[in-house]
Amino acid sequence: MREFAAELATGTGDPGPYAPFPHRVISRTKETADTTTLVLAPIGGGKGARFSPGQFNMLYAFGVGEAAISMSGDPSEEGTLVHTVRAVGNVSTALSRLKPGDVVGVRGPYGKGWPVDQMRGKDVVVMAGGLGLAPLRPVIYELYSHREDYGRVEIIYGSRSPTELLYYDEIQSWRTRTDTRFQVTVDSADRNWYGDVGVVTQRVPDARFDPARTIALMCGPEIMMKLSAQALEARGIAPSDIWLSMERNMKCAIAQCGHCQFGPYFICRDGPVLPYARIRRFLAVREV
Amino acid sequence: MTSLGDAPIVLTEGTHPFLERFDPKFLAAASANAREMRFETDEYVFREGERAQRFFLILEGKVGLEIEAADRPRLTVQTIGPGEVMGWAWLVHPYHWPVAARALKPTRAIALDTFVLHRYFKLHPDVGYRFVLRLMPVIAKRLDDTRVQLADIHA
Amino acid sequence: MSSVHRSIGDRLVLERSDFPMLLEGLRSRGYVTLGPVVRDGAIVYGPISRVEDLPIGWTDRQEAGSYRLEQRHDQALFGYTVGPHSWKKYLFPAHERLWTAERSPEGFHVLPRSEREPRYAFLGVRACELAAIRIQDRVFDGAFKDPGYHQRRSEALRIAVQCTQAGNTCFCASMGTGPRVDADHDLALTEILTGSAHYFLVDVGSERGAELATDLPLRPATEADVRAVDDLLEKTSASMGRTMNAVGLRDLLLGRPEHSRWTEVGKRCLTCTNCTLACPTCFCSTTEEVPDLDADRVERWRRWDSCFTLGFTHQGRASVRTSASSRYRQWLTHKLASWHDQFGTSGCVGCGRCITWCPVGIDITEEVAALRKEEPVAVPAGGAR
Repeated sequence: MREFAAELATGTGDPGPYAPFPHRVISRTKETADTTTLVLAPIGGGKGARFSPGQFNMLYAFGVGEAAISMSGDPSEEGTLVHTVRAVGNVSTALSRLKPGDVVGVRGPYGKGWPVDQMRGKDVVVMAGGLGLAPLRPVIYELYSHREDYGRVEIIYGSRSPTELLYYDEIQSWRTRTDTRFQVTVDSADRNWYGDVGVVTQRVPDARFDPARTIALMCGPEIMMKLSAQALEARGIAPSDIWLSMERNMKCAIAQCGHCQFGPYFICRDGPVLPYARIRRFLAVREV
Repeated sequence: MTSLGDAPIVLTEGTHPFLERFDPKFLAAASANAREMRFETDEYVFREGERAQRFFLILEGKVGLEIEAADRPRLTVQTIGPGEVMGWAWLVHPYHWPVAARALKPTRAIALDTFVLHRYFKLHPDVGYRFVLRLMPVIAKRLDDTRVQLADIHA
Repeated sequence: MSSVHRSIGDRLVLERSDFPMLLEGLRSRGYVTLGPVVRDGAIVYGPISRVEDLPIGWTDRQEAGSYRLEQRHDQALFGYTVGPHSWKKYLFPAHERLWTAERSPEGFHVLPRSEREPRYAFLGVRACELAAIRIQDRVFDGAFKDPGYHQRRSEALRIAVQCTQAGNTCFCASMGTGPRVDADHDLALTEILTGSAHYFLVDVGSERGAELATDLPLRPATEADVRAVDDLLEKTSASMGRTMNAVGLRDLLLGRPEHSRWTEVGKRCLTCTNCTLACPTCFCSTTEEVPDLDADRVERWRRWDSCFTLGFTHQGRASVRTSASSRYRQWLTHKLASWHDQFGTSGCVGCGRCITWCPVGIDITEEVAALRKEEPVAVPAGGAR
């Protein structure tokens, strides 16, 4: 092993690839009963790391632990990171409770994001289920801010109920744009909801796009993505043009802990965004 | 049934996608008592428990299917829009609507008189069979969608 | 002793009676020498300070689900195959601190890494184990360098010992990883016992090995010595207790996730994790947060984990792999198939530990043979939606 140069002598002080960098919580927005959006800035200033839409960070709550949380902010905005966290486990609950001024650890960004370069000049279909809107929001910002770079854009967002909708005000303003159709559907609603009720897959048959030159992006529960990919494939989009953001248990984010494997892929390194053509065979098998 | 602008209508294949490729003789017969109906937002098309004697072809707008739920206000569980059909309780004993239908925006629909349909299908079972075959995928699709909703795919 | 210049590729002979000088040479160079010792009825790896610490006169008898120590009829130092331990316990310890952080007025800060890693000398590294280290290098010393692993690994001196006997669960010859040591060793020893003679043929594999050899009383190997080694290795190769056909295994396994054998082996597998702990290449780990009592100081630790545990795939409110069969499928498919996609090599070196240490005797070579058998394609019976 001659390639083992001694660039790391004993006790160099390098904290290694697992050490989080402290960031301060700038603001906190409660999205729903269990979901919170945090805006973070690196302590000591600086621009912070740039990221591609679809990538994620490992967020660290001091004394509790780490969780993989996708980037949800505008990739063109420097200096802050935006993360939407749902309180499910210990770590995400601790992260959700952070208040402005609190400190949180960040390492990243990790993973491969949405195929933005391939999308240019094409129609784009975005499908989100529940919290799945969070990793799609950076790419939605990109679509709206460079709208002329893309063909028709269809965004279909499904939520359990109107009270579980994320980014409510922002969606309201996006929906006023006439150059893009942003559909919202919920599983069920009380009488104050005059929008659509049903599942996202029901909105696919009359979505407007040219299947031969369309890139579809989706994120949500695995079953949501499987059904949505099938529905889009039935409309003629090639499986290589349908991109899914996958989720698995994740500990290290650098392909060393083995947890996030899905078939031959490390979701942290090869994903989280992967083309349907490459993963459909594994999605079809139970308990992969 | 309170509705504005009820008007008699003559059905053709082009009236609604559901009617495509049906025998003109059947369409002529089904036109008897067929009405174009308009519903304002929040107006009920029908309520649960009422006798089901109409089959709706939605032309415009949006209708929500509403159920009563435990410990909660009434729930909308499905919306139906232009090009879709609504209501098959007239084919299922005891012929009462199991859900309510409320217009969620100004809605225009054609309501077929199901007594007329029943009478025609008794005389022309082949047309009745084709009608049910046309309706069956709609029912199956709605059952599928309900199952998908149960899978909590928007979590 | 006058020192003699030695070079990579030198083939020399060390008498058994001079073996202590090798240990002395390691000690004087500041190495912590680790090697085989008898403990708890098995040959495991531990600190070696004198020759008598080695398993002199012991051998192991292994079968699926069984391991027994037996007395040899000679005084061989390395007359066994491999035990439940592997060198990963030193390079990738079962429990390791990743970092320490302290609460501060600014929130918290991560302390500079202060670990001083020991300089190990591994004595008695088998060919399959060198292959295993190469495989773990690709995990921990690739795009992201694990600083602790990198440091320990680049310091560690590897004194290999070629296997002059094969175990009943061995199949390194099938995997192309042994029994001959042909790379990555600093020194490679072959123990030769014939009649009253007891000596080691020493192959110099690196500059560090050559330097270590300078003050050892070595004589050049004769052609007869070299032939004796070749004969022994040939005999070892021919007497492997197991074989595995590894040809085309990647495509085969990735293509058969629904094979009925997975269900069958899932009924036997206890998901005890023994195979993953004994495996010299398994690298899965989890992390844990260890705060002190007033939570002003926190340590982040990594410890071995296993894809056989239910919690391994926990996500949201449930685990992905709940059945034993899906976990066994993940382990085997990863080891023998997707490892190729991820690291450009098989994850199996043919050491047989997973066979020996499986409490119910599940045999990876037998499972692969069963998975290779085509199954009749099931034709769906009805037209149910």
